[in-house]
Amino acid sequence: MLAKRIIPCLDVSAGRVVKGVNFVELRDAGDPVEVARRYDEQGADEITFLDITASSDDRNIILHVVEQVAEQVFIPLTVGGGVRTVDDVRRLLNAGADKVSINTAAVNNPQVVADASGKVGSQCIVVAIDAKQVAPGKWEVFTHGGRNRTGLDAIEWARKVESLGAGEILLTSMDRDGTKNGFDLGLTRAVSDAVSIPVIASGGVGSLDHLADGVTQGRADAVLAASIFHFGEHTVREAKELMRARGIEVRL
Amino acid sequence: MSRVAIIDYGMGNLRSVAKAIEHVATSDTVVVTADPAEVLSADRVVFPGQGAMPDCMRELDARGLRPAVLEAARNKPFLGICIGQQMLFEHSEEGNVPGLGIFKGEVRRFPAERMVAADGSRLKVPHMGWNEVWQKQAHPLWAGIDDGARFYYVHSYYVDPADPAIVAATTDYAIPFTGAVAQANIFAIQFHPEKSAHAGLQLLSNFMSWKP
Repeated sequence: MLAKRIIPCLDVSAGRVVKGVNFVELRDAGDPVEVARRYDEQGADEITFLDITASSDDRNIILHVVEQVAEQVFIPLTVGGGVRTVDDVRRLLNAGADKVSINTAAVNNPQVVADASGKVGSQCIVVAIDAKQVAPGKWEVFTHGGRNRTGLDAIEWARKVESLGAGEILLTSMDRDGTKNGFDLGLTRAVSDAVSIPVIASGGVGSLDHLADGVTQGRADAVLAASIFHFGEHTVREAKELMRARGIEVRL
Repeated sequence: MSRVAIIDYGMGNLRSVAKAIEHVATSDTVVVTADPAEVLSADRVVFPGQGAMPDCMRELDARGLRPAVLEAARNKPFLGICIGQQMLFEHSEEGNVPGLGIFKGEVRRFPAERMVAADGSRLKVPHMGWNEVWQKQAHPLWAGIDDGARFYYVHSYYVDPADPAIVAATTDYAIPFTGAVAQANIFAIQFHPEKSAHAGLQLLSNFMSWKP
């Protein structure tokens, strides 16, 4: 049986892993290669890098990070953050990424999803959707870390990006992100049931049970978390052991 | 010391495959090449593939690599990966295109109407992630790999060989499908060994020392 995936997410700025504390203070959390290798050893099923480099001058640094990680870590790597064009996608794939995640650029120009998946294959294209609840059972797509409304209904948008050729959806609840209150399970389930491509749940994980809830109640195909793994609270292996104890198929 | 050629016909990134082989076969030479002569002079050959099979077949022919692939598949240790496995068959439902026809059989899409899990939820396509690979025959490439070990898959189509004797492994995803085929000097897999952590590296290491 196919295992549900656990995906640690690393925020990378100017070539270093950083972690935000209450979204303000960014602390250096180490060398991306070392952190990625540690997660690989713990049994991470994939690793996602989110490039949050502020300066466009430093944008190419992520390419070197990906090259170095891909030489030493033999599990799938997804890279997102600031990806705007098909050329950006190609550069990241050529550096060693297996999948590239597109967020704001997909909203601004949905054709980029079609063009990119047409060029490199759907399996390489992840569309990241940041959503906020706007009414019971209704969520809207936001960009720029939850600041900008788009007017797009999250479920409709998920169906749309699937039809454009996305191979997977990375779904983040902006209501839950950083709260440690768990995934927005209603959102996760609504999107997962609406599309036939895999959905990664993200935003709000504060405990290992939250990860399991994302699968059992949210029907996510994979769960992504950052802080519970970075701060050494839990290892990926502990997460998998709990999920297995709750009857979820995992790779252990 | 041997020389392995990874056939590059412009479909996708071959860096990961090359790095993974270099990682396990440090004294061997790994070349990523689009040159038929280099393919023919190599000791062993890896035939990868990404994206859609119609594009892969077109690009293979556009680069004049078909004769070299067919020749290598006749006598060298030959490892097909993902679309590089699918292309060895006669025909694919994807784009309704013919393949190289080394093996008899069809490449099929996961049947939409069957993609339902036991709990009633939908099984997603592409089949993406780590699934169990059940070995159906003893083979040197399975050395040191547990039966049922998980490998990383990402695909929407799978091979359906006409001859069940070539099936080297199956995996279950709504239906049991063929994950690996083997015949003489050819071993071909749907999953990605270069992304399958220890099990994948073990398989690549086995391939590099395989003497069919």
